[in-house]
Amino acid sequence: MIRLIALRELRCLFSMPSTWFVLAAFQFIFAWFFLARLEAFLEIQPQLAQLANPPGASIAVAAPLFNTAALLLMMLVPMFTMRLIAEERRNQTLALLLSSPLTERHIVLGKFAGLLIFLLALIACLPLMLYTLALGTGLDHGLILSNSAGLILLTASYVALGLYISALTTQPVIAAIGALAVLVGLWLADIGSSAADSPWHQLSPLYHFQNFNAGLLDSRDILFFVLFTTAFLLLTMKRLHNNRVYG
Amino acid sequence: MAIQLLVRAYILGYIQHYSQLPALLTLLNPTPEITLSAHHLTRSFGKQLIIHDLDLQLKRGEVLGLLGHNGAGKSTTLQMLTGCLLPGSGKIEICGIDLRQKPMQAKAHIGYLPESPPLYRELSVNDYLTFAARLRGIGAASVAEALNHALQSCGLESVRKKIISTLSKGYQQRVGIAQAIIHRPAVIVLDEPTVGLDPAQIRDIRNLIRELGNSSSVILSTHLLGEVESVCDRVEIMQHGRLIYSDSSAHMQHYGQVTGFIVSLRHPPELAELESIPGVSRVEQTAPDTFRILHTPENNPGSLLLSLAAQKDWQLLQLTPLHATLEDAFVSITGEKGVKP
Repeated sequence: MIRLIALRELRCLFSMPSTWFVLAAFQFIFAWFFLARLEAFLEIQPQLAQLANPPGASIAVAAPLFNTAALLLMMLVPMFTMRLIAEERRNQTLALLLSSPLTERHIVLGKFAGLLIFLLALIACLPLMLYTLALGTGLDHGLILSNSAGLILLTASYVALGLYISALTTQPVIAAIGALAVLVGLWLADIGSSAADSPWHQLSPLYHFQNFNAGLLDSRDILFFVLFTTAFLLLTMKRLHNNRVYG
Repeated sequence: MAIQLLVRAYILGYIQHYSQLPALLTLLNPTPEITLSAHHLTRSFGKQLIIHDLDLQLKRGEVLGLLGHNGAGKSTTLQMLTGCLLPGSGKIEICGIDLRQKPMQAKAHIGYLPESPPLYRELSVNDYLTFAARLRGIGAASVAEALNHALQSCGLESVRKKIISTLSKGYQQRVGIAQAIIHRPAVIVLDEPTVGLDPAQIRDIRNLIRELGNSSSVILSTHLLGEVESVCDRVEIMQHGRLIYSDSSAHMQHYGQVTGFIVSLRHPPELAELESIPGVSRVEQTAPDTFRILHTPENNPGSLLLSLAAQKDWQLLQLTPLHATLEDAFVSITGEKGVKP
């Protein structure tokens, strides 16, 4: 049942021209940024080569690319999550799901999985792009792997938050703005507090991504993402249940 | 030739198997099973009590019309019966399964068409109905057969490949009904199924509902009295969240019935002369040559009036029996029992 709902979500996404447009636009931005970083790296490479332990292409190109992708996804994910439940409610198609032999768990996990698979396809192009560099230089596989893992966990947490906010309202636009506001708010809380040990940092998904970005796998960060995602998924299930209780 | 015969025999067998079997079963089984029962349902939104202590039962093969003004609580009731809304208190059983305790099993027996059909407009009719079938737990192997059956019974074969958003409202409504019946549920719940359709489409959909009523139980809400008259076996009238009247729809027409006729005569006699005919209880003159004659149900003075008219040369132009419509009955029932909250 979860698979069924996920597949419908994917089919619905790919039937909209806007999805293809966004996919194309983001690939273009990623590619442009990738090439710009690569050019900058090539320019300063002769100077870097004189250092004792020079940074390679992975740390100079891959890490900033993933960091930009993490920021851009913060803007992009709310555009996709806004529809998930708010639009079903507005078009009154939620009744079909609610009167079918499904539980809230099926609906929420199905929608979560559907959108996450779509976004994974979008971010899968990043490592593919980077591995074209392997033609000319050696790459740090560990760094790219930890960045990819971090980006997947980060995207999952964005989707879970967006899904919950979409479940709160009937208007997709409000869901988009709401999710964006919360994500940007968490990010600002992170970059706004100057003290290194400030607890505000701990709230932000982007802060926890920084370790992955530097190639460091910390179980605390992984736990944060798992908890963040699970909490919002559970809240969404609760909200859908309340839909039946309060109408 | 032999192949043709075989194919015909197969098709006939198919039709018999799927269309007549349930009807035969109902014939064989003199007391049809109860498919839906609701006891003491209440529901409030905020502090306002919308549904008061509602009891409802539905047997297999029965079409029940839920009749009421706008805002009487019809849609809320149907939402509760389909599990879209939890009742404040009370118990709902679908085919003997408690909807609250075993929602998954109970809901597999429900098909629901809400007020506005729940359509994913970007999908094609085929894709949408396949999704609806799988959602209701039909296995991948039997989806094609269920899909064909639903398309056929709703007259959607010609548009099966079209995108739903390009269909007319009538067809969209049919797709909505098709998703509600695709898994052949025991209970079909239709919320105002004919709203916004043209007369020909309304007739088609009513015929379809009648057919569905042969094998399943159907509950439909409406504020159109004609609909109840033409498709329902039983009618429940709702007002301010209560069921205030319940009876067979044929019976309902006798409610507050007036028996009598309208008579037009070219040479009308005196009013008193008409009043003196045995059996006539009251005569009203509605126009110089037209009278409204009321009589007691057991004593019909029609033939006497005819022979008198011939004898005395009143020259009868028209004699029309008065029919109480559901409309009259509805107005008299809701008017009588309607207490403003």
